[in-house]
Amino acid sequence: MSSTETGLYDLGRLDLLAAQDTPIHRVDPRAKIIATMVFVVVVASFGRYEVVALLPFLLFPVSLAALGNLPFGYLARRLAVAAPFALLVGIWNPLFDRRAMVFADHFVAGGWLSFASVAVRFLLTAAAVLVLVGSTGLSALGAALGRLGVPRVFTAQMLLLYRFLFVLAGEALTMHRAWSARTSSRRAMSLRSYAGLLGQLLVRTYARAARIHAAMQCRGFSGELPTTRSWRFTVRDGAFVVGWVAAFAALRLYDLPQLIGRQILAVLT
Amino acid sequence: MSAVGIRVRDLGFTYPDGTVALEAITFEIAAGESVAVVGGNGAGKSTLLLHLAGILMAARGSVDVGVTRVQRATLTEVRKTVGLVFQDPDDQLFMPTVREDVAFGPLNLGVRPDEIDARVQEALGAVGALALIDRPSHRLSFGEKRAAAIATVLSMRPGVLVLDEPSSNLDPRARRRLIDLLRSLGTTLVVATHDLDLAAEVCPRTIVLYGGRVAADGTTPAIFSDKRLLERTGLEQPLSMRACPVCSRGA
Repeated sequence: MSSTETGLYDLGRLDLLAAQDTPIHRVDPRAKIIATMVFVVVVASFGRYEVVALLPFLLFPVSLAALGNLPFGYLARRLAVAAPFALLVGIWNPLFDRRAMVFADHFVAGGWLSFASVAVRFLLTAAAVLVLVGSTGLSALGAALGRLGVPRVFTAQMLLLYRFLFVLAGEALTMHRAWSARTSSRRAMSLRSYAGLLGQLLVRTYARAARIHAAMQCRGFSGELPTTRSWRFTVRDGAFVVGWVAAFAALRLYDLPQLIGRQILAVLT
Repeated sequence: MSAVGIRVRDLGFTYPDGTVALEAITFEIAAGESVAVVGGNGAGKSTLLLHLAGILMAARGSVDVGVTRVQRATLTEVRKTVGLVFQDPDDQLFMPTVREDVAFGPLNLGVRPDEIDARVQEALGAVGALALIDRPSHRLSFGEKRAAAIATVLSMRPGVLVLDEPSSNLDPRARRRLIDLLRSLGTTLVVATHDLDLAAEVCPRTIVLYGGRVAADGTTPAIFSDKRLLERTGLEQPLSMRACPVCSRGA
Protein backbone atom coordinates (compact mmCIF):
# COMPACT_ATOMS: atom_id res chain seq x y z
CA MET A 1 0.00 0.00 0.00
CA SER A 2 1.40 3.42 -0.91
CA SER A 3 2.15 6.06 1.69
CA THR A 4 -0.74 8.12 0.27
CA GLU A 5 -3.19 5.26 0.83
CA THR A 6 -1.80 4.56 4.30
CA GLY A 7 -2.23 8.23 5.19
CA LEU A 8 -5.82 8.24 3.98
CA TYR A 9 -6.71 5.08 5.92
CA ASP A 10 -5.00 6.52 8.99
CA LEU A 11 -7.38 9.46 8.80
CA GLY A 12 -10.33 7.36 9.93
CA ARG A 13 -8.55 5.67 12.80
CA LEU A 14 -9.66 8.27 15.35
CA ASP A 15 -13.26 7.12 14.83
CA LEU A 16 -12.31 3.55 15.63
CA LEU A 17 -10.41 4.66 18.72
CA ALA A 18 -13.36 6.78 19.82
CA ALA A 19 -15.66 3.75 19.63
CA GLN A 20 -13.79 1.95 22.44
CA ASP A 21 -15.24 1.43 25.89
CA THR A 22 -12.77 2.61 28.54
CA PRO A 23 -13.15 4.67 31.75
CA ILE A 24 -12.12 7.78 29.80
CA HIS A 25 -14.56 7.05 26.95
CA ARG A 26 -17.35 6.75 29.50
CA VAL A 27 -16.76 10.24 30.93
CA ASP A 28 -19.41 12.73 29.77
CA PRO A 29 -18.03 14.61 26.72
CA ARG A 30 -18.96 17.93 28.36
CA ALA A 31 -16.69 17.12 31.31
CA LYS A 32 -13.83 16.30 28.94
CA ILE A 33 -14.42 19.47 26.90
CA ILE A 34 -14.46 21.70 30.00
CA ALA A 35 -11.31 20.08 31.43
CA THR A 36 -9.51 20.39 28.06
CA MET A 37 -10.54 24.03 27.64
CA VAL A 38 -9.26 24.92 31.12
CA PHE A 39 -6.07 22.99 30.35
CA VAL A 40 -5.48 24.95 27.13
CA VAL A 41 -6.13 28.30 28.86
CA VAL A 42 -3.80 27.48 31.76
CA VAL A 43 -1.01 26.27 29.45
CA ALA A 44 -1.39 29.42 27.34
CA SER A 45 -1.20 31.63 30.42
CA PHE A 46 2.46 30.83 31.16
CA GLY A 47 5.17 33.39 30.39
CA ARG A 48 6.91 33.24 27.02
CA TYR A 49 10.20 31.95 28.49
CA GLU A 50 8.62 29.21 30.62
CA VAL A 51 9.61 25.72 29.57
CA VAL A 52 10.29 23.46 32.53
CA ALA A 53 7.23 24.59 34.50
CA LEU A 54 5.07 23.40 31.60
CA LEU A 55 6.38 19.85 31.59
CA PRO A 56 4.21 18.52 34.49
CA PHE A 57 1.17 19.35 32.37
CA LEU A 58 2.04 16.34 30.21
CA LEU A 59 0.30 14.37 32.94
CA PHE A 60 -3.12 15.32 31.51
CA PRO A 61 -2.83 14.07 27.90
CA VAL A 62 -0.55 11.17 28.82
CA SER A 63 -2.77 9.78 31.59
CA LEU A 64 -5.94 10.21 29.53
CA ALA A 65 -4.34 8.52 26.52
CA ALA A 66 -3.10 5.64 28.68
CA LEU A 67 -6.45 5.14 30.44
CA GLY A 68 -8.32 5.65 27.18
CA ASN A 69 -6.22 3.00 25.39
CA LEU A 70 -5.07 5.46 22.72
CA PRO A 71 -1.80 4.29 21.10
CA PHE A 72 1.04 6.75 21.80
CA GLY A 73 2.70 5.99 18.48
CA TYR A 74 -0.44 6.94 16.54
CA LEU A 75 -0.88 10.15 18.57
CA ALA A 76 2.78 11.05 18.00
CA ARG A 77 2.39 10.58 14.22
CA ARG A 78 -0.70 12.82 14.20
CA LEU A 79 1.16 15.46 16.21
CA ALA A 80 4.12 15.26 13.85
CA VAL A 81 1.83 16.13 10.93
CA ALA A 82 0.80 19.41 12.59
CA ALA A 83 4.17 20.18 14.20
CA PRO A 84 5.72 22.09 11.25
CA PHE A 85 2.98 24.73 11.47
CA ALA A 86 3.64 25.33 15.16
CA LEU A 87 7.41 25.29 14.75
CA LEU A 88 7.13 27.80 11.92
CA VAL A 89 5.55 30.22 14.41
CA GLY A 90 8.47 29.99 16.84
CA ILE A 91 11.40 29.44 14.48
CA TRP A 92 12.04 33.18 14.07
CA ASN A 93 12.36 33.81 17.82
CA PRO A 94 16.07 32.87 18.09
CA LEU A 95 16.84 35.37 15.31
CA PHE A 96 15.00 38.35 16.76
CA ASP A 97 15.15 37.76 20.53
CA ARG A 98 18.84 37.60 21.47
CA ARG A 99 18.68 38.76 25.08
CA ALA A 100 20.74 36.62 27.46
CA MET A 101 18.74 34.44 29.86
CA VAL A 102 19.81 31.98 32.52
CA PHE A 103 18.61 28.43 32.02
CA ALA A 104 19.94 25.56 34.14
CA ASP A 105 22.95 27.64 35.20
CA HIS A 106 23.82 28.49 31.61
CA PHE A 107 23.34 31.61 29.52
CA VAL A 108 20.96 31.02 26.64
CA ALA A 109 19.48 33.42 24.05
CA GLY A 110 15.92 34.27 25.07
CA GLY A 111 14.73 33.40 21.56
CA TRP A 112 15.69 29.76 22.02
CA LEU A 113 13.78 29.59 25.30
CA SER A 114 10.65 31.15 23.80
CA PHE A 115 10.96 28.80 20.79
CA ALA A 116 11.14 25.81 23.15
CA SER A 117 8.17 27.21 25.08
CA VAL A 118 6.10 27.48 21.88
CA ALA A 119 7.02 23.91 20.95
CA VAL A 120 6.10 22.52 24.40
CA ARG A 121 2.83 24.46 24.45
CA PHE A 122 1.94 23.13 21.00
CA LEU A 123 2.77 19.59 22.10
CA LEU A 124 0.60 19.90 25.22
CA THR A 125 -2.45 21.58 23.71
CA ALA A 126 -2.49 19.60 20.46
CA ALA A 127 -2.03 16.33 22.35
CA ALA A 128 -4.87 17.24 24.73
CA VAL A 129 -7.25 18.02 21.85
CA LEU A 130 -6.21 14.87 19.99
CA VAL A 131 -6.87 12.77 23.10
CA LEU A 132 -10.23 14.53 23.55
CA VAL A 133 -11.31 13.64 19.99
CA GLY A 134 -9.84 10.14 20.19
CA SER A 135 -11.64 9.33 23.44
CA THR A 136 -14.96 10.95 22.56
CA GLY A 137 -15.62 10.95 18.81
CA LEU A 138 -16.53 13.95 16.75
CA SER A 139 -20.28 13.38 16.72
CA ALA A 140 -20.43 13.18 20.53
CA LEU A 141 -18.23 16.26 20.72
CA GLY A 142 -20.59 18.12 18.40
CA ALA A 143 -23.59 17.14 20.52
CA ALA A 144 -21.77 18.09 23.73
CA LEU A 145 -20.69 21.46 22.34
CA GLY A 146 -24.33 22.09 21.39
CA ARG A 147 -25.38 21.36 24.98
CA LEU A 148 -22.68 23.69 26.24
CA GLY A 149 -24.29 26.50 24.28
CA VAL A 150 -22.28 26.52 21.06
CA PRO A 151 -24.73 27.44 18.24
CA ARG A 152 -25.94 24.34 16.39
CA VAL A 153 -24.96 25.85 13.07
CA PHE A 154 -21.29 25.70 14.12
CA THR A 155 -21.45 22.14 15.42
CA ALA A 156 -23.26 21.01 12.25
CA GLN A 157 -20.59 22.72 10.14
CA MET A 158 -17.87 20.99 12.12
CA LEU A 159 -19.43 17.55 11.68
CA LEU A 160 -20.15 18.07 7.98
CA LEU A 161 -16.64 19.36 7.39
CA TYR A 162 -15.30 16.24 9.06
CA ARG A 163 -17.52 14.05 6.85
CA PHE A 164 -16.43 16.03 3.79
CA LEU A 165 -12.82 15.26 4.67
CA PHE A 166 -13.54 11.57 4.13
CA VAL A 167 -15.37 12.28 0.90
CA LEU A 168 -12.35 14.23 -0.29
CA ALA A 169 -9.96 11.52 0.92
CA GLY A 170 -12.04 8.77 -0.71
CA GLU A 171 -12.06 10.54 -4.05
CA ALA A 172 -8.34 11.29 -3.76
CA LEU A 173 -7.65 7.64 -3.00
CA THR A 174 -9.63 6.44 -6.03
CA MET A 175 -7.86 8.91 -8.31
CA HIS A 176 -4.46 8.05 -6.88
CA ARG A 177 -5.10 4.35 -7.54
CA ALA A 178 -6.20 5.11 -11.11
CA TRP A 179 -3.05 7.18 -11.62
CA SER A 180 -0.79 4.51 -10.10
CA ALA A 181 -2.36 1.76 -12.21
CA ARG A 182 -1.37 3.60 -15.39
CA THR A 183 2.07 4.71 -14.27
CA SER A 184 4.74 2.29 -15.41
CA SER A 185 7.63 3.67 -13.36
CA ARG A 186 8.00 4.82 -9.77
CA ARG A 187 8.60 8.40 -10.77
CA ALA A 188 6.84 11.21 -8.95
CA MET A 189 3.71 12.77 -10.37
CA SER A 190 4.45 15.63 -12.75
CA LEU A 191 3.22 19.12 -12.01
CA ARG A 192 0.89 18.89 -14.99
CA SER A 193 -0.64 15.64 -13.71
CA TYR A 194 -1.05 17.21 -10.26
CA ALA A 195 -2.90 20.18 -11.69
CA GLY A 196 -5.25 17.93 -13.65
CA LEU A 197 -5.86 15.65 -10.69
CA LEU A 198 -6.56 18.54 -8.32
CA GLY A 199 -9.08 20.04 -10.73
CA GLN A 200 -10.78 16.66 -11.15
CA LEU A 201 -10.72 16.11 -7.40
CA LEU A 202 -12.49 19.40 -6.82
CA VAL A 203 -15.18 18.67 -9.40
CA ARG A 204 -15.73 15.08 -8.24
CA THR A 205 -15.83 16.03 -4.57
CA TYR A 206 -18.29 18.81 -5.27
CA ALA A 207 -20.54 16.44 -7.21
CA ARG A 208 -20.42 13.86 -4.44
CA ALA A 209 -21.09 16.47 -1.76
CA ALA A 210 -24.16 17.54 -3.76
CA ARG A 211 -25.41 13.94 -3.84
CA ILE A 212 -24.82 13.55 -0.10
CA HIS A 213 -26.74 16.76 0.50
CA ALA A 214 -29.61 15.41 -1.60
CA ALA A 215 -29.59 12.21 0.47
CA MET A 216 -29.70 14.29 3.64
CA GLN A 217 -32.62 16.32 2.34
CA CYS A 218 -34.47 13.10 1.52
CA ARG A 219 -34.26 12.18 5.17
CA GLY A 220 -35.56 15.48 6.46
CA PHE A 221 -32.32 17.45 6.95
CA SER A 222 -33.12 21.05 7.82
CA GLY A 223 -29.73 22.40 8.92
CA GLU A 224 -29.28 20.52 12.18
CA LEU A 225 -27.61 17.20 12.79
CA PRO A 226 -29.65 15.39 15.43
CA THR A 227 -27.95 12.91 17.73
CA THR A 228 -29.06 9.69 19.37
CA ARG A 229 -26.74 10.08 22.33
CA SER A 230 -28.17 11.04 25.68
CA TRP A 231 -25.45 11.70 28.24
CA ARG A 232 -26.09 12.28 31.91
CA PHE A 233 -23.64 14.48 33.79
CA THR A 234 -22.98 12.40 36.90
CA VAL A 235 -21.08 13.06 40.12
CA ARG A 236 -18.18 11.10 38.62
CA ASP A 237 -18.07 13.51 35.66
CA GLY A 238 -18.17 16.46 38.05
CA ALA A 239 -15.30 14.95 40.03
CA PHE A 240 -13.35 14.51 36.78
CA VAL A 241 -13.66 18.25 36.03
CA VAL A 242 -13.03 19.44 39.59
CA GLY A 243 -10.06 17.12 40.03
CA TRP A 244 -8.31 18.18 36.85
CA VAL A 245 -9.06 21.89 37.28
CA ALA A 246 -7.60 21.69 40.82
CA ALA A 247 -4.53 19.93 39.45
CA PHE A 248 -4.08 22.57 36.73
CA ALA A 249 -4.45 25.37 39.30
CA ALA A 250 -1.86 23.74 41.57
CA LEU A 251 0.57 23.26 38.70
CA ARG A 252 0.02 26.86 37.64
CA LEU A 253 0.59 28.29 41.13
CA TYR A 254 3.52 26.07 42.12
CA ASP A 255 6.48 25.32 39.90
CA LEU A 256 6.58 21.59 40.52
CA PRO A 257 9.96 20.86 38.83
CA GLN A 258 11.56 23.68 40.83
CA LEU A 259 10.03 22.41 44.09
CA ILE A 260 11.25 18.89 43.39
CA GLY A 261 14.72 20.25 42.49
CA ARG A 262 14.90 22.18 45.75
CA GLN A 263 13.86 19.13 47.75
CA ILE A 264 16.50 17.02 46.08
CA LEU A 265 19.16 19.66 46.70
CA ALA A 266 18.08 19.97 50.34
CA VAL A 267 18.42 16.23 50.78
CA LEU A 268 21.81 16.15 49.05
CA THR A 269 23.35 19.13 50.92
CA MET B 1 -46.75 4.33 7.37
CA SER B 2 -49.14 2.37 5.14
CA ALA B 3 -48.38 2.02 1.42
CA VAL B 4 -49.06 5.05 -0.77
CA GLY B 5 -49.70 5.29 -4.52
CA ILE B 6 -47.93 7.45 -7.10
CA ARG B 7 -49.28 9.32 -10.11
CA VAL B 8 -46.98 10.84 -12.72
CA ARG B 9 -48.61 12.98 -15.43
CA ASP B 10 -46.87 14.22 -18.58
CA LEU B 11 -43.59 14.68 -16.69
CA GLY B 12 -40.76 16.39 -18.54
CA PHE B 13 -37.31 17.49 -17.40
CA THR B 14 -34.33 19.05 -19.14
CA TYR B 15 -30.94 19.45 -17.44
CA PRO B 16 -29.32 22.92 -17.49
CA ASP B 17 -26.86 21.77 -20.18
CA GLY B 18 -29.81 21.12 -22.50
CA THR B 19 -29.96 17.32 -22.11
CA VAL B 20 -33.59 16.25 -22.29
CA ALA B 21 -33.80 13.57 -19.59
CA LEU B 22 -37.55 12.97 -19.39
CA GLU B 23 -40.31 13.62 -21.90
CA ALA B 24 -44.07 13.17 -21.41
CA ILE B 25 -43.76 10.43 -18.77
CA THR B 26 -47.14 9.25 -17.57
CA PHE B 27 -47.98 6.31 -15.31
CA GLU B 28 -49.73 5.39 -12.09
CA ILE B 29 -48.56 3.04 -9.38
CA ALA B 30 -51.11 1.70 -6.92
CA ALA B 31 -50.47 1.63 -3.18
CA GLY B 32 -48.53 -1.51 -2.30
CA GLU B 33 -47.53 -2.25 -5.90
CA SER B 34 -43.94 -3.21 -6.79
CA VAL B 35 -42.74 -1.75 -10.08
CA ALA B 36 -39.38 -2.09 -11.83
CA VAL B 37 -38.12 0.81 -13.93
CA VAL B 38 -35.67 -0.54 -16.49
CA GLY B 39 -33.78 0.93 -19.43
CA GLY B 40 -30.31 1.37 -20.82
CA ASN B 41 -27.77 3.90 -19.59
CA GLY B 42 -29.08 7.45 -19.91
CA ALA B 43 -32.68 6.29 -20.31
CA GLY B 44 -33.79 8.61 -17.49
CA LYS B 45 -34.29 6.11 -14.65
CA SER B 46 -32.33 7.96 -11.98
CA THR B 47 -33.79 11.32 -13.04
CA LEU B 48 -37.29 9.89 -12.69
CA LEU B 49 -36.54 8.59 -9.20
CA LEU B 50 -35.18 11.97 -8.11
CA HIS B 51 -38.51 13.50 -9.16
CA LEU B 52 -40.45 10.99 -7.05
CA ALA B 53 -38.50 12.10 -3.96
CA GLY B 54 -38.70 15.80 -4.78
CA ILE B 55 -34.95 16.19 -5.29
CA LEU B 56 -35.68 17.41 -8.80
CA MET B 57 -38.85 19.37 -9.52
CA ALA B 58 -41.00 18.74 -12.56
CA ALA B 59 -40.24 21.29 -15.27
CA ARG B 60 -43.35 20.10 -17.09
CA GLY B 61 -46.24 17.94 -15.86
CA SER B 62 -46.71 16.74 -12.30
CA VAL B 63 -45.87 14.08 -9.74
CA ASP B 64 -48.33 13.15 -6.98
CA VAL B 65 -47.45 10.95 -4.00
CA GLY B 66 -50.73 9.84 -2.49
CA VAL B 67 -52.81 13.00 -2.36
CA THR B 68 -49.75 15.26 -2.16
CA ARG B 69 -48.45 17.08 -5.24
CA VAL B 70 -44.63 17.11 -5.25
CA GLN B 71 -43.64 20.77 -5.09
CA ARG B 72 -41.47 22.97 -2.91
CA ALA B 73 -44.25 23.74 -0.46
CA THR B 74 -44.93 20.03 0.18
CA LEU B 75 -41.37 18.72 0.34
CA THR B 76 -41.50 17.92 4.05
CA GLU B 77 -44.61 15.83 3.57
CA VAL B 78 -43.22 14.14 0.44
CA ARG B 79 -39.99 13.18 2.17
CA LYS B 80 -41.88 11.69 5.08
CA THR B 81 -43.63 9.45 2.57
CA VAL B 82 -40.96 8.63 -0.01
CA GLY B 83 -37.73 6.91 1.01
CA LEU B 84 -35.04 7.07 -1.65
CA VAL B 85 -32.03 4.74 -1.58
CA PHE B 86 -29.26 6.15 -3.75
CA GLN B 87 -27.26 4.12 -6.24
CA ASP B 88 -23.98 4.67 -4.41
CA PRO B 89 -24.27 3.91 -0.67
CA ASP B 90 -21.40 6.33 -0.01
CA ASP B 91 -23.82 9.10 -1.00
CA GLN B 92 -26.35 7.87 1.55
CA LEU B 93 -24.15 7.49 4.61
CA PHE B 94 -22.86 10.70 6.15
CA MET B 95 -23.03 10.31 9.91
CA PRO B 96 -20.03 9.01 11.90
CA THR B 97 -21.62 5.69 12.93
CA VAL B 98 -24.22 3.36 11.42
CA ARG B 99 -26.48 3.87 14.45
CA GLU B 100 -26.52 7.64 13.97
CA ASP B 101 -27.00 7.30 10.23
CA VAL B 102 -30.02 5.00 10.63
CA ALA B 103 -31.44 7.26 13.36
CA PHE B 104 -30.95 10.43 11.33
CA GLY B 105 -34.23 10.19 9.40
CA PRO B 106 -36.50 9.27 12.34
CA LEU B 107 -34.92 12.02 14.49
CA ASN B 108 -35.67 14.56 11.77
CA LEU B 109 -39.22 13.24 11.52
CA GLY B 110 -39.65 14.01 15.21
CA VAL B 111 -39.94 10.38 16.35
CA ARG B 112 -39.84 10.12 20.16
CA PRO B 113 -36.30 9.49 21.50
CA ASP B 114 -37.38 6.32 23.31
CA GLU B 115 -38.67 4.89 20.02
CA ILE B 116 -35.56 5.74 18.00
CA ASP B 117 -33.45 2.84 19.23
CA ALA B 118 -36.21 0.32 18.47
CA ARG B 119 -36.50 1.69 14.94
CA VAL B 120 -32.76 1.54 14.41
CA GLN B 121 -32.59 -2.06 15.61
CA GLU B 122 -35.62 -3.05 13.53
CA ALA B 123 -34.25 -1.49 10.32
CA LEU B 124 -30.77 -2.93 10.74
CA GLY B 125 -32.24 -6.30 11.68
CA ALA B 126 -34.34 -6.29 8.49
CA VAL B 127 -31.25 -5.89 6.31
CA GLY B 128 -29.18 -8.33 8.40
CA ALA B 129 -26.79 -5.64 9.57
CA LEU B 130 -27.46 -5.40 13.29
CA ALA B 131 -23.82 -6.28 14.02
CA LEU B 132 -22.71 -3.10 12.26
CA ILE B 133 -24.67 -0.79 14.55
CA ASP B 134 -21.70 0.91 16.23
CA ARG B 135 -19.26 0.75 13.31
CA PRO B 136 -18.15 3.97 11.56
CA SER B 137 -20.17 4.20 8.32
CA HIS B 138 -17.19 5.03 6.15
CA ARG B 139 -15.25 1.94 7.28
CA LEU B 140 -17.73 -0.67 6.02
CA SER B 141 -17.37 -2.96 3.02
CA PHE B 142 -19.48 -2.11 -0.04
CA GLY B 143 -22.11 -4.76 0.74
CA GLU B 144 -22.32 -3.61 4.35
CA LYS B 145 -22.68 0.00 3.21
CA ARG B 146 -25.50 -1.02 0.87
CA ALA B 147 -27.33 -2.79 3.71
CA ALA B 148 -26.83 0.18 6.03
CA ALA B 149 -28.01 2.58 3.32
CA ILE B 150 -31.27 0.66 2.91
CA ALA B 151 -31.69 0.60 6.69
CA THR B 152 -31.34 4.39 6.84
CA VAL B 153 -34.51 4.65 4.78
CA LEU B 154 -36.41 1.70 6.28
CA SER B 155 -36.11 3.28 9.73
CA MET B 156 -38.30 6.13 8.43
CA ARG B 157 -41.02 3.58 7.57
CA PRO B 158 -41.79 5.21 4.24
CA GLY B 159 -45.05 4.65 2.37
CA VAL B 160 -43.08 4.44 -0.87
CA LEU B 161 -39.61 2.92 -1.12
CA VAL B 162 -37.60 4.00 -4.15
CA LEU B 163 -34.32 2.23 -4.90
CA ASP B 164 -31.75 3.14 -7.55
CA GLU B 165 -29.75 0.11 -8.72
CA PRO B 166 -30.00 -1.65 -5.35
CA SER B 167 -28.15 -4.82 -6.39
CA SER B 168 -25.17 -3.26 -8.14
CA ASN B 169 -21.82 -4.58 -6.84
CA LEU B 170 -23.46 -6.96 -4.37
CA ASP B 171 -22.16 -10.50 -3.99
CA PRO B 172 -24.69 -13.31 -4.67
CA ARG B 173 -25.58 -13.88 -1.02
CA ALA B 174 -26.13 -10.17 -0.29
CA ARG B 175 -28.16 -9.88 -3.50
CA ARG B 176 -30.36 -12.83 -2.50
CA ARG B 177 -30.91 -11.29 0.94
CA LEU B 178 -31.87 -8.01 -0.73
CA ILE B 179 -34.39 -9.76 -2.99
CA ASP B 180 -35.95 -11.55 -0.02
CA LEU B 181 -36.12 -8.27 1.88
CA LEU B 182 -37.75 -6.35 -0.97
CA ARG B 183 -40.34 -9.11 -1.43
CA SER B 184 -41.23 -9.00 2.24
CA LEU B 185 -41.69 -5.25 2.68
CA GLY B 186 -45.32 -4.72 1.72
CA THR B 187 -44.77 -1.06 0.91
CA THR B 188 -45.05 0.57 -2.50
CA LEU B 189 -41.81 -0.24 -4.25
CA VAL B 190 -40.15 1.44 -7.22
CA VAL B 191 -36.86 -0.18 -8.29
CA ALA B 192 -34.69 1.25 -11.05
CA THR B 193 -32.33 -1.50 -12.10
CA HIS B 194 -30.23 -3.13 -14.78
CA ASP B 195 -30.59 -6.39 -12.89
CA LEU B 196 -33.55 -7.78 -14.80
CA ASP B 197 -33.49 -11.04 -12.87
CA LEU B 198 -34.06 -9.07 -9.67
CA ALA B 199 -36.85 -7.14 -11.38
CA ALA B 200 -38.45 -10.43 -12.49
CA GLU B 201 -38.37 -11.80 -8.95
CA VAL B 202 -39.47 -8.69 -7.05
CA CYS B 203 -41.74 -6.67 -9.34
CA PRO B 204 -44.88 -8.00 -11.04
CA ARG B 205 -44.94 -4.85 -13.21
CA THR B 206 -42.20 -3.19 -15.29
CA ILE B 207 -41.89 0.20 -16.93
CA VAL B 208 -39.31 0.43 -19.72
CA LEU B 209 -37.73 3.83 -20.30
CA TYR B 210 -35.93 4.66 -23.52
CA GLY B 211 -34.57 8.09 -24.45
CA GLY B 212 -36.44 9.70 -21.54
CA ARG B 213 -39.82 8.30 -22.62
CA VAL B 214 -41.93 5.35 -21.53
CA ALA B 215 -41.28 2.69 -24.17
CA ALA B 216 -43.47 0.06 -22.51
CA ASP B 217 -45.48 -0.47 -19.35
CA GLY B 218 -46.92 -3.86 -18.50
CA THR B 219 -46.55 -7.07 -16.56
CA THR B 220 -42.96 -8.11 -16.05
CA PRO B 221 -43.31 -11.54 -17.75
CA ALA B 222 -44.92 -9.89 -20.80
CA ILE B 223 -42.25 -7.17 -21.05
CA PHE B 224 -39.34 -9.58 -20.62
CA SER B 225 -40.83 -11.99 -23.18
CA ASP B 226 -40.86 -9.28 -25.85
CA LYS B 227 -37.37 -9.76 -27.31
CA ARG B 228 -37.84 -7.08 -29.96
CA LEU B 229 -38.77 -4.48 -27.34
CA LEU B 230 -35.81 -5.45 -25.18
CA GLU B 231 -33.41 -5.28 -28.12
CA ARG B 232 -34.78 -1.92 -29.26
CA THR B 233 -34.37 -0.42 -25.78
CA GLY B 234 -30.84 -1.74 -25.16
CA LEU B 235 -31.86 -4.58 -22.83
CA GLU B 236 -31.81 -8.33 -22.98
CA GLN B 237 -33.88 -11.08 -21.49
CA PRO B 238 -33.08 -11.99 -17.90
CA LEU B 239 -31.03 -15.15 -17.54
CA SER B 240 -33.84 -16.81 -15.62
CA MET B 241 -36.12 -16.58 -18.68
CA ARG B 242 -33.61 -17.90 -21.16
CA ALA B 243 -33.33 -21.58 -21.95
CA CYS B 244 -30.34 -23.09 -20.18
CA PRO B 245 -27.73 -23.83 -22.86
CA VAL B 246 -26.52 -26.96 -21.04
CA CYS B 247 -30.02 -28.41 -20.55
CA SER B 248 -31.07 -27.44 -24.09
CA ARG B 249 -28.05 -29.20 -25.55
CA GLY B 250 -28.94 -32.36 -23.67
CA ALA B 251 -32.58 -32.30 -24.74
